[in-house]
Amino acid sequence: MPVSKDGLPRSRGVHEDLIRKLRKLLPPEDVLTDKEDLRPFECDGLSVYRRLPLVVVLPETIAQVQAIMRLCHALQVPVVARGAGTGLSGGALPLSDGVLLSLAKFKRILHIDPENAMATLQPGVRNLAISEAAAAYGMYYAPDPSSQIACTIGGNVAENSGGVHCLKYGLTVHNVLMLKVVTMEGELLTIGAETLDSPGYDLLALMAGSEGMLAVIVEVTVKLLAKPERAQVLLAAFDDVYKAGEAVGAIIAAGIIPAGLEMMDKVAIHAAEDYAHAGYPRDAEAILLCELDGTNAEVSEHIMQVRDILHRSGATEVRTAVNEAERQLFWKGRKSAFPAVGRISPDYYCMDGTIPRRQLPHVLRQISLWSEEYGLPVANVFHAGDGNLHPLILFDANKDGELARTEEFGQRILQLCVEVGGSITGEHGVGMEKINQMCIQFKAAELSQFHAVKAAFDPDGLLNPGKAVPTLQRCAEFGAMHVHHGQLPHPELERF
Amino acid sequence: MLERDISETLQQQVHNAVSNGTPLKIEGGNSKTFLGRETHGEILDVSGHHGIVEHDPRELVLTARSGTPLKEIEAALAEAGQMLAFEPPHFGDNATLGGTLACGLSGPRRPFCGSARDFVLGCKLINGKGEILRFGGQVIKNVAGYDVSRLMVGAYGTLGVLLEISLKVLPRPAASYTLIQECTQAEAISKMSRLLSQPVPVDAACYHAGHCYVRLSGSEQAVKHAHQNLGGEVIEKSEPFWHALREHHLPFFGAANPLYRVVVKPAVPPLEIGGEWLLDWGGAQRWLVSDEPIALIRERVAMVGGHVTQFRGGAGNGEIFQPLAAPLLVIHQRLKSSFDPHGIFNRGRIYANL
Ligand SMILES: Cc1cc2nc3c(=O)[nH]c(=O)nc-3n(C[C@H](O)[C@H](O)[C@H](O)COP(=O)(O)OP(=O)(O)OC[C@H]3O[C@@H](n4cnc5c(N)ncnc54)[C@H](O)[C@@H]3O)c2cc1C
Repeated sequence: MPVSKDGLPRSRGVHEDLIRKLRKLLPPEDVLTDKEDLRPFECDGLSVYRRLPLVVVLPETIAQVQAIMRLCHALQVPVVARGAGTGLSGGALPLSDGVLLSLAKFKRILHIDPENAMATLQPGVRNLAISEAAAAYGMYYAPDPSSQIACTIGGNVAENSGGVHCLKYGLTVHNVLMLKVVTMEGELLTIGAETLDSPGYDLLALMAGSEGMLAVIVEVTVKLLAKPERAQVLLAAFDDVYKAGEAVGAIIAAGIIPAGLEMMDKVAIHAAEDYAHAGYPRDAEAILLCELDGTNAEVSEHIMQVRDILHRSGATEVRTAVNEAERQLFWKGRKSAFPAVGRISPDYYCMDGTIPRRQLPHVLRQISLWSEEYGLPVANVFHAGDGNLHPLILFDANKDGELARTEEFGQRILQLCVEVGGSITGEHGVGMEKINQMCIQFKAAELSQFHAVKAAFDPDGLLNPGKAVPTLQRCAEFGAMHVHHGQLPHPELERF
Repeated sequence: MLERDISETLQQQVHNAVSNGTPLKIEGGNSKTFLGRETHGEILDVSGHHGIVEHDPRELVLTARSGTPLKEIEAALAEAGQMLAFEPPHFGDNATLGGTLACGLSGPRRPFCGSARDFVLGCKLINGKGEILRFGGQVIKNVAGYDVSRLMVGAYGTLGVLLEISLKVLPRPAASYTLIQECTQAEAISKMSRLLSQPVPVDAACYHAGHCYVRLSGSEQAVKHAHQNLGGEVIEKSEPFWHALREHHLPFFGAANPLYRVVVKPAVPPLEIGGEWLLDWGGAQRWLVSDEPIALIRERVAMVGGHVTQFRGGAGNGEIFQPLAAPLLVIHQRLKSSFDPHGIFNRGRIYANL
């Protein structure tokens, strides 16, 4: 271990110095170092990865965030930003020698501007709170991750989160206008603008989904939409998962873009029904939920068309929610699918691959073969409209080797997604979890380009290091990359 | 035209440029050279890199080589009842897909349906080291790695040579009506801004020569119904009007004086800057033909939080695009050198020091 001038191991000396200086920047109750106080921050929604940070800070102003960043930069201490900690890929996993910067105190809605259809928020505002505040003006914020009662808008931007309505209304990246961010060097930048575009490179696109690796988001301006006059949901039951998959393609081929188009298989239907009593048909092999929204006239027209397509695709039953309460209930079943599956199995592992939709039958068949091979049941929840699969692998972490088998099964699913032309993650991010799978999806030169992008924002690599983009070294160890005589491609890039 | 993949030739040219230290000027259909700053260098002609690689209407995705003419892509989509929903301006018969996305221009539908970058799903490019790289993909959701594909949109070819682009495409609306009403600019602004908070199937709105134009699109019933609610007169055959607006063929754009693109929040009241105004994007993109000095225009527009591009008639070595704040420029310069470490692509196309 390197030794500093005062004879202490360098890290300890630096750490004491850091904590002393942090206490000068923030009130004492906002700098946490006791194990008990650190515990709630040890993991995000992917709790198989846990680690205590060195210290947690809870700033309340942008100036405090800047001061913290400048200090950490000066002392070369890494920083991990955290919203609500609902992330599912270990993105907010702390570093034991680093600062965990919680944005929990940034929870004010700063401005709702219905005339210009936008809202300005602090990053710790919960996703659902935005739509609740905009409702007074007949407006809402479109991206609606199932975790929307808890997750923050800052976390949504960092993960480029989606929801059940993103086929029609887009992901977070399509609904954000402007960010204020603080770089690792403590510089406050405005990215994007309150206008529909801004001069220079599209840094807003880079920030969306950057997993806290480029800068800390301290303010977010989002686009608001007018609430549609009417939203109506159809529930269709199928005796065969593949028929349900075909129906999805047929709806889209008819030129209709539903507001939401979700599919669940039998295991997921049963779990959701037991949990939410949504009235799902238990004898179905698959159900589709298809939401149509727009003006009254348009919804009526589309419902007729979709109902017809569903019947022609072999649906055994098609129901239309009779009122708003039933519509909410249909969605409640879907949106609570994860916790519902959590009740029927000691543990579950949620995958997040995307595929071209036409590959659905092939991929589902392969998953069910592997499910038998590994002896691990799978519940499939699927953002069918945009090809985003969430197979939930059911397992018991207390059984010897079951987690390892689950992880191996999961890796095979992700590899399959890449093979059929898809991606290892549609909305949950890479984080810690899928870092090895990045080596499958990207070549060395592409990974190096990602590292170079990060270095443009964070030259010293202190923001959320080790996440989202693997080092070439790591890929070499993972074995996905061809290493010739121990010689890595681009050895010069190892410094990143 | 022949389907052709010339990526290896292009890659070789980039390699040569790197070893000889020659800057390159990337050209697609060369229809947008009027726009932006001048750049000098050996010409890298992408127009031969041509052809639609994949289009499966059910997937709502199209992938094409960058040199493919936009009109060819639009024709293929129309055949499948689909469209590029950002309604890109062509500014010339030979506009290519690569040039369109490099400039990141979007047409009248933009505020209601999204911009060029919103529809980009993935790309293949040559960076300044001559490496062929792929980012994003052909799926609608993908958060693996930084979103480099969207970063390319509006970068004017300064970060790399686009080879292939995958786009999300959408079905064409079943029906479309345009309503016209006589009004002042101020009235048009408040009318158009109100449309944003109302559930109406609007997909374009502009103010031109004392009239507000609103285009309704959707199912036949929806459009009829919305017309009843909004009022105004229906123009028969309105397509040529929107086309002329998008392509800058309206007489307004023919003036010899400089043309500015002023981008503001849509509800900002009429700006007091001398000249002729035409408002597109529901008031969010305003065209100004004016002889006022650009410094004055920028100052007035900055006061309401907007920005200004000198779209036509600017000096090729002037400040065509709104200057960036200093810390932001630093990030731009670092990003530029991370993609193009030898500075060979389209030097100075956006800013002198980029
Ligand atoms: C039950 C359940 C359902 C879910 N459903 C969905 C879904 O439908 N769609 C979906 O997309 N996701 C879903 N998720 C995943 C998760 O909710 C989202 O990724 C969410 O956006 C994370 O927000 P958060 O505030 O909890 O962020 P965190 O988990 O705290 O952080 C996530 C990442 O963002 C970074 N970060 C957080 N805040 C900031 C900031 N201010 N500045 C810079 N970086 C920051 C962190 O460093 C980390 O890398 C679900 C999760 C759960 C538990």
